[in-house]
Formats: sequence, structure tokens, C-alpha cells
Amino acid sequence: MTHPTYALELRKLYKRFGKTEIIRGTELAVAPGERVAIIGPNGAGKSTLFNLISGRFGPSSGEILLNGQRIDGLTPFKINRLGLARSFQITNIFGHLSVFENLRCGVLWSLGYKYAFWKFLADLKDANERSEALLQMIKLDRKRDTLAMNLTYAEQRALEIGITIAGGADVVLLDEPTAGMSKSETARFVELIREVTVGKTLLTVEHDMGVVFGLADKIAVLVYGEVIAFDVPEKVRGNPRVQEAYLGSALADAQVAAASHGH
Amino acid sequence: MSTAARPAPNGLRPYAAWIAFAVVLAVLPHVFRSSLALSMLTQMGYLVIICLSYNILLGQGGMLSFGHAVYSGLGSFIAVHAMNVAAKGQVPLPLVTIPLIGGFAGMFFAALFGYVTTKKSGTTFAMITLGIGELVAAMSGMFPGFFGGEGGVTTNRVYGKPLLGLTFGPQIQVYYLVATYCFVSTALMFALTKTPLGRMLNAVRDNPERVEFIGYNTQRVRYLGFIISGFFAGIGGALATINFEIVNASDALSALRSGGYLLFTVLGGATFFFGPMIGAVLLVLASVLLSEVTKAWLLYFGLVFLFMVMYAPGGIASLVMMNVRVAKFGRFARLLRPYAGLLLAGLLVVAGASALIEMIYHIQLNAGTGSQFRFVGVSLDTENHMSWLVSAAVLAVGLVGLEFARRAFIRVWSRAQEEIEAEIKQREPA
Repeated sequence: MTHPTYALELRKLYKRFGKTEIIRGTELAVAPGERVAIIGPNGAGKSTLFNLISGRFGPSSGEILLNGQRIDGLTPFKINRLGLARSFQITNIFGHLSVFENLRCGVLWSLGYKYAFWKFLADLKDANERSEALLQMIKLDRKRDTLAMNLTYAEQRALEIGITIAGGADVVLLDEPTAGMSKSETARFVELIREVTVGKTLLTVEHDMGVVFGLADKIAVLVYGEVIAFDVPEKVRGNPRVQEAYLGSALADAQVAAASHGH
Repeated sequence: MSTAARPAPNGLRPYAAWIAFAVVLAVLPHVFRSSLALSMLTQMGYLVIICLSYNILLGQGGMLSFGHAVYSGLGSFIAVHAMNVAAKGQVPLPLVTIPLIGGFAGMFFAALFGYVTTKKSGTTFAMITLGIGELVAAMSGMFPGFFGGEGGVTTNRVYGKPLLGLTFGPQIQVYYLVATYCFVSTALMFALTKTPLGRMLNAVRDNPERVEFIGYNTQRVRYLGFIISGFFAGIGGALATINFEIVNASDALSALRSGGYLLFTVLGGATFFFGPMIGAVLLVLASVLLSEVTKAWLLYFGLVFLFMVMYAPGGIASLVMMNVRVAKFGRFARLLRPYAGLLLAGLLVVAGASALIEMIYHIQLNAGTGSQFRFVGVSLDTENHMSWLVSAAVLAVGLVGLEFARRAFIRVWSRAQEEIEAEIKQREPA
């Protein structure tokens, strides 16, 4: 495979909080359209990595490139404008706005409406059509005018994804999208995520191995702030370094989960 | 498409509320004809603008400002100087443009101070606005040339050639000037809530963190909202100047005034657009009428505010809307009796409590004028045990009655709510 530029590339990324190094020389290169699951034991730095990529924190050193352009140290909104969107592990929506308004907020910037106060929302045909389409995509069209705070948990998770993809970013980061969902909800939700992220570069942090294998072409294993393996799932599973790092912890769980998932 | 589900524009119906508002503004001075009423209506007019402008910050943007009087007050001061300059004939500024001058002044200072305040949100924002409020109030004492010192700055609103025969000398002409600005400003501020910036202000209020991740700079959203708010506050301040023909820093720029905007906006209801308008009306009623009836009006207001925040944090507007909802589902009639019970018991409580409060106030403040006094038509005597006993008895009976009425009301109310919920569920497409 030859890629002129990667969709997302991390080069020797470091993040320290005080004296504690959370991210230690992470390297990762994700080709456009690839779907990558980031796994690793608790405290490996998965969420921190997402926070660095999306601009919530700046890295201590190293580079982050989005479609070949440096984005490390930029503010979240600048990174978002360059085509990277993320969801949150803890649902992060606009509680007192309706489902439709939540989605429209996510749409506005990408269609160039910025801070306009001389245009009526009702007249923005493209924004309204896109918001309606998103409603259908995340299957919340029946909840169009419900306040987001009154949705069920699973519906809020779907809205979380909806807001994330609303701006049409081509690199999407999902932080534990199925956290807190039941098994049956999870299965349906993985299907939904597949549908709405077609053609996009996808990075997910996941603990549920069922979700990992359902969504990812490649798996990146993060241990103590370093990517120790990045490959297709079968090869990662057989990787001795991964097995060593995981011994008696997450991979054991993962293999049990994967085994039971396989049946 | 679910867009088709929305009601299609139907002639003038979407504008019914606005037409009604315009008619009310036009007719009010012919219903309440006394000069006191006219003065109060004029004050209500510009306070509606100021409270609505305050709610762009509080209700729509989630910004708790303790210093809104800075922008209405500086609008007042720039307006008074503009009027005095115009009166000398140096610059052609007809009186009808003075509110806009005040508006641009408010906008300018909001752009200046807001650049600092809106960098932060939440408690930090609130503290900085408090600081700037005190800063400007303190500065007003240092520049008596501009702020007029203790006496304030006076002006005369009758200057230049009459415009279309209007001199703006008579109060009624001032009222209509205020009413016109009130209507247009209200419409513009309502329009703001329907624009991308208005919606993003709501988003910043609900969840500033997420806004950063959908492409918007939250500081910029807050800053723009703050500037727009300052513009309308300045218009309101200038209209106040035209009304009173004097501006005094110890009033116009005081923390007390900022607090008044905050309290009455919350009392009216910050979660609905029209809530602050109710608040503005109450602000005038309380500060003009209630203060005539009793010296203890701030105490009463404090109690009302306390109960409102505890039991109906959405303010009067939310109470109104809750009842409108019940009425829409045809279940209001059954609430009438419980409401009558609440009202009756409530009146007893108010009568008993206020009689006691007034007697205590009388002992504290007016003991020299004798032990007897009249309060809203009732004669009370602080040295007569009967006065105390009867008042306390009325209060006690009222409190017991209120508790019974409250329980009865909650029963009926929650049954009505359950039925409405069930009806909504039924209506939902399967």
C-alpha cells in the first residue's frame, strides 16, 4: 500500500503531567479510510491520546499531523475545522436543546454560517436538510423535538455520535462509544456506527472486544503510552509482545471475550 | 419529511403575539391615564429592553453577570452628554437618535470590558463582572467632570426643532418614543434567538466544552453575545436619561442596580424569552408602588425571591407556561378550585405576616409617631395585644390552610400531569 499522506499521523508523541509521563513516544500512522481500534490496559493512555489528537491538551513534545498538516498545539475548534471530530466517553450533548437543534449546532460551522446573527436558522435550507438527514441516520427522527436531556441513555449515545459526524469531518475519533450499554444495544449500536462512518477514517477506543472486531480493520495496542503493536486483528492477537504486555490482564479478558464472541 | 409536520405559515397568525404586543403598547397610556401611571409605563418600557438584554447573557448564554448596570449606565451618561452637546446646536442629533447613541456607547464598553470578562465562564466570569462593576462605579467618583459627582448630570430633552411636531416635552410623547424602541428592540432580540449565533449561545450555555469540538470558539460566541447585550442595555440606559433628564452615577452605575436587573430577570423567568419582560414590569411595580405602601418592601421582595428560587426556579414565566400546557390539554378547569384555595390561604398568610412585619418596623422606625398606625386600610396598634394576637392568629390559620390547600393542589396537579403524559404517549406514532 502506498499513501501519499496519512489521514492521521503521530510522531514521537510525548505527554507529561508533572513528572508523570502518560504518553511516551507514541507513533502511529493511519491511512485514509482505515478503521482503527485502540486497545490497551487501564491507564495505558488511550483517552489521553484522544485528548491530544483532538486538541483538548497540547502534547509535551512530538508531532500530530492531520492529512499531512501539523495540528499539535492547535485549539479544539481549529482542529475540528480542519476535518477531525470526536465523541466523548461521558455523554457530552446540549441538554436543554432539542435533538434536532443539537444536530444543527454540529452542522452550522461546516456549512460556513459561523457567528451569523443576520440570518435566520429557519432559512438555512442546507443546514436544515443535513440535520434532518442526520436525524434519520441516527434513527432519532421520532425524537426530533425532544430535549436531549430527556432522551434514554442509548439515545443520548446515538446523539453523541450524530453531533460528532454532523460537521462531515473525515477523521472521526470515538471514545468508548458503547460504554455503559447493554449487550443487545451494543450490537445494534456497532451497526449504526458502521453505517454512519462509511468512507471515513475511524479511530475508536474500546474495551469491548466484540465492538473492536466488529468495527476495526486494524488494532493498535497501547501500553504505558507506547504503541507496541499496530496491525490487523489476527496478527495482533498472535504478537508475543502484546501477549507479554497483557499477560494476566486485558488480553486475557480480551481473548475470553473474543472467544465467546466467536461462538 | 418531518419538516412537513411543522405548521405552515398562516397569514398573520405567526405574528399574532407581536401585533398584540404593539396594540398593548399603544393602548396602555389610554387605559392608565394618571401621570404616575404614565411615568411607570415609560420606566417599564426601557426596563423591558434592559432586562431582555440582560437575559441574552443569563438565560441564553449562561453568563451570570453582576455588572450589567455598567452598560445601561454608561449608555445613560453618553446619552446625557450627547443631548447637552446637541442642545448647544454644535451637532445635529435629534432626540430620537439619542437611544442609538446610548446603544453604541453600551456596545463600545461591552466590547472593551467584555474582551476581558468573556475570556472566562461560570464563577470566574461572574467575579470579573462584579469587579468591573465596582471599578466603573469607583471611577465615576474620580471623574466628576464627566459623571457629575454627587449631583449627577442634568439635561433638557426639549431641544432643537420639533420633529413632525413632536417636542418630546410632554410625558406621553416620551412614552411613545420608549414604546417604539421597546417594540423594535424586543423584536430584534427575539430575532437573535432564531439565528446561528443565538443558537450557539444556547449551546455554549448548555455545554461549552462540546462547542469547542464542533468548530466554534466559545469565547468568541460569548464575546459577540456580550457586545449585542451591551448595545441593547445602552439603548435602555439612554431612554432612562430621556425620561428623567438626569443621570446619577450612584444610582445608574451601582451594584444595587445590576443586582436589580439580575433579580427581576430571574423572578420573571430566564428560561423563556418573555420572562424578563414580566420581571421588568414587576421591577417598576415593586420599586414605585410597593415602596409607597410600605418601607419594608425590600424585605417582602426578598421573601418572594427566596420562595421563587426554592419552589419555581424557572420564574413566573415557567409557572405561566406550565399552566398554559395544562390548559392546552383541556385540564385547566379542575385547577380553579385548588387555585382558589391556595389564593385564599395565601392571602391570609400575607395579611398576617405583613401585619406583624409592619408592626415590628413601626416599633423600630416610627415609634416617635405613636403606637397606632394604618397599613393598607387597617389600623394597627403596637401596644395593643389584640393587634399582635389577631395578626399571629391570621398568620397561623393561613399557614395551616396553605398546607392543606397545597396538598390538595398537588394531588389535582399531578393527576392532570399524568393524564397529559399518557395522552402524549398515545399521540406518538407507533
